[in-house]
Amino acid sequence: MTDPALTPDLIAAHGLSPDEYDRILEIIGREPSFTELGIFSAMWNEHCSYKSSKKWLRTLPTSGPQVICGPGENAGVVDIGDGQAVIFKMESHNHPSYIEPYQGAATGVGGILRDVFTMGARPIAAMNSLSFGAPSHPKTPHLVSGVVEGVGGYGNCFGVPTVGGEVRFHPAYNGNCLVNAFAAGLADADKIFYSAASGVGMPVVYLGAKTGRDGVGGATMASAEFDDTIEEKRPTVQVGDPFTEKRLLEACLELMASGAVISIQDMGAAGLTCSAVEMGDKGGLGVKLQLSDVPQRETAMTAYEMMLSESQERMLMVLKPEMESEARAIFEKWDLDFAIVGETIAEDRFLILHGNDVMADLPLSKLSSSAPEYDRPWVETPPAGDLPDLPTIAPMDGLRALISAPSYAYKGWVWEQYDSQVMGDTVRTPGLGAGVVRVHGTTKALAFTSDVTPRYVRANPFEGGKQAVAEAYRNLTAVGAVPLATTDNLNFGNPEKPEIMGQFVGAIQGIGAACTALDMPIVSGNVSLYNETDGKPILPTPTIGAVGLIADIEQIIAGLPSEGDLALVIGETKGHLGQSALLAEAAGIEAGDAPYVDLDAERRNGDFLRANRALVTAATDLSDGGLALAAFEMAEAAGMGVTLESGDIGQLFGEDQARYLVAASFDQAEALMVAAGQAGVAIAMVGRFGGDTVSFGDDSAPMAELSTLYRSSFAKAIGAA
Amino acid sequence: MKAAIITFPGSNCDRDLAVAFEQAGAKVVRVWHKDTVLPAGTDVVGLPGGFSYGDYLRCGAIAARSPIGTAIAAHAKAGGYVLGICNGFQVLLEMGLLPGALLRNAGLKFLCKPVTLNVATTDSAFTSGYAQGAQIRIPIAHHDGNFTADAETVARLQGEGRVAFTYAENPNGSDGDIAGILSENRRVLGMMPHPERAMEAAHGSADGRALFAGLIGAFVPG
Repeated sequence: MTDPALTPDLIAAHGLSPDEYDRILEIIGREPSFTELGIFSAMWNEHCSYKSSKKWLRTLPTSGPQVICGPGENAGVVDIGDGQAVIFKMESHNHPSYIEPYQGAATGVGGILRDVFTMGARPIAAMNSLSFGAPSHPKTPHLVSGVVEGVGGYGNCFGVPTVGGEVRFHPAYNGNCLVNAFAAGLADADKIFYSAASGVGMPVVYLGAKTGRDGVGGATMASAEFDDTIEEKRPTVQVGDPFTEKRLLEACLELMASGAVISIQDMGAAGLTCSAVEMGDKGGLGVKLQLSDVPQRETAMTAYEMMLSESQERMLMVLKPEMESEARAIFEKWDLDFAIVGETIAEDRFLILHGNDVMADLPLSKLSSSAPEYDRPWVETPPAGDLPDLPTIAPMDGLRALISAPSYAYKGWVWEQYDSQVMGDTVRTPGLGAGVVRVHGTTKALAFTSDVTPRYVRANPFEGGKQAVAEAYRNLTAVGAVPLATTDNLNFGNPEKPEIMGQFVGAIQGIGAACTALDMPIVSGNVSLYNETDGKPILPTPTIGAVGLIADIEQIIAGLPSEGDLALVIGETKGHLGQSALLAEAAGIEAGDAPYVDLDAERRNGDFLRANRALVTAATDLSDGGLALAAFEMAEAAGMGVTLESGDIGQLFGEDQARYLVAASFDQAEALMVAAGQAGVAIAMVGRFGGDTVSFGDDSAPMAELSTLYRSSFAKAIGAA
Repeated sequence: MKAAIITFPGSNCDRDLAVAFEQAGAKVVRVWHKDTVLPAGTDVVGLPGGFSYGDYLRCGAIAARSPIGTAIAAHAKAGGYVLGICNGFQVLLEMGLLPGALLRNAGLKFLCKPVTLNVATTDSAFTSGYAQGAQIRIPIAHHDGNFTADAETVARLQGEGRVAFTYAENPNGSDGDIAGILSENRRVLGMMPHPERAMEAAHGSADGRALFAGLIGAFVPG
């Protein structure tokens, strides 16, 4: 097959601007080959190069005494004491999931699991943050059922418990759903594996599944005149095989334990290209690959196709040459491919051979270090306007509007499709706040949460960014965990629009401020831009995944209220209704400013709750839906009613930050209020748990009726009931 | 008591099952599916949950033909104990050591949640630690747990007291609400729920302990 001529159209179809192409000519001093063009396109696209976001990502706090490895590797590594570390990251798979929801979501889960076990960690927990369009949109039910089944299909088979996540609906996601997958793993802190190659002449080994044409060059597919039959040959979405990934996990961990691995990198986006360049670049070495030795699933694959294939369940590794036979035996035991496909070289070269032909010969270090970086123009998001005059909403009507909306209804339909207990260490399954998983064989536990309130971020990117981190902090605190560190998955629209770039900059600044104040450094993350359809952007959605440590499982706060327990709110309630869930769901009003986040109060109130965990029987953070929704959820889970004294909409549904709802016996409540007074923490007695009625002021309804509504609305909303 | 836990490619509850046996006081040996003999002195074979061979072909079908399969069948025929949980139950059916089949759940979805089981017989080592008719809480996590057999087989299982557990609220469409069944000699148990996930307070239920304790009780000398 002859390579096509490099026309301006073909270059543009590779996502390279004329300036970027000129830069390529300058770097190599000649016209690139077709394969070389593909390699540059893969390395310089937004996904791999972070060219629009790098400038701002550098401003995030990424260090702290607990951080063993921050951003830049496959995942972040955080110390959890006793020589152990938690390794975690969150990553988006938005566009593939919209095209093919099952496989898109499944391979999203597969990719993030690989990021974690590439570093030597056994995955112990997964979460998913999902955003869909309006439930009434014709595509939504299909996307929801496909994505949820895909997440479960991959994670359940692989054998990692899915212990948390979010599911939201908003018309802004009609043409662009979000699938953000989180995974965390456990490893010994002195046995972490990194991607930097070392040593000249070391074998580069290909592991895992065979290479096919899946996912090859989405960019070039736009160019119809390039090859009329391309769509038949190359499905755009990769197909996952969790069975292979499970074997790849076991084989990799066995191999790592054998001491044979010098460095390892999973093949994700732009597979062989990105992984080989990454290992060479970090190690200051060149890499030579012989593509004839790459295990191939299809016949007559070209160098271009092999270098850009995104076939799943593959790894690239630099191996100690003297241990080749032991390494090969481990992979043969698990019936996986093992092939030496190249070696490290001293020169700064990325040399790609296919048989006797040189298909690419590029200066390796230039591929990532000389990648373009843009300071995109941006404008600050204008201040939010005032709230319009609000209609009168009876408290119980407000609650009914919330619990019948799928964003706030009971989501058992989703999480019962996920295995939340495999590995036998899950202490807290999805449903109420953070998921908790015990560190196997110890009395320690880790808590996991993912949070963001996109309406807030749209109204006020800076406060919205702060709020996402603060809510994660509170969810971890509410189970008794000390927040440790954070991963961010930043989903935004087109960064070439100054107002979108302004949302991005504002959110990053807010996230940075909150991570610093709450001592939750960012250790890994992912940026997903261009989430737009027909020029309409998604709500800015910077998903925060966070991990906390419970030093002794005895210190967990995981109870439910007992009959007669008092309901208390820690933190100050002013009744902020701007951008609230109540107004959105009960009145269709999305207006006003996001709630202000007082980071000092967050810290103070969080520290207070952890210090006084013995004085509460149950705790939850207050976020969207405010006190009313949180009190309802807590009572419903405990199978009892709840009475809140106030009938005021602001008091009930306001979304002021830095607050928790706790249940406590009379004696506990008394002691808690004394302790709060001493600590300068605002606390208020707001009601009582028990009975079989939900009462807000003078308005009340039977819990049984509300519970039925709460538990049936999700399936009904997406047409599955 | 020595328990041999088999690992097939795709097993993912093998460690969990080993932990449960160890907690109950058994000595555990891990066995690779390509092995052809069980460790000397094996008392109980444990077939764990998971997705052996990725559930390709039919759940449990390929694992049932693994090299270790012959040794497991011989162990069962000689009166040895076998416990198959979830995918392990599917493997036992595919091996022909228990009757019936497990179809896709009636709701067509994977289901993971705690369920209430009725202990339908105490006449087996596995169930001797429970009271007849006791209700216990144990989680399920499966896509293909809809136990199906012809009416005659179901009637025979019920008539011979070989139904070990039934669901209090049938989650998957199983015939006769059957959650677990015993072999004729009552030494092979296949069940969809995961007793190894209900071993301690941290799991939210410790109702699975009695199953392992009962089994070990069968080997107490004297």
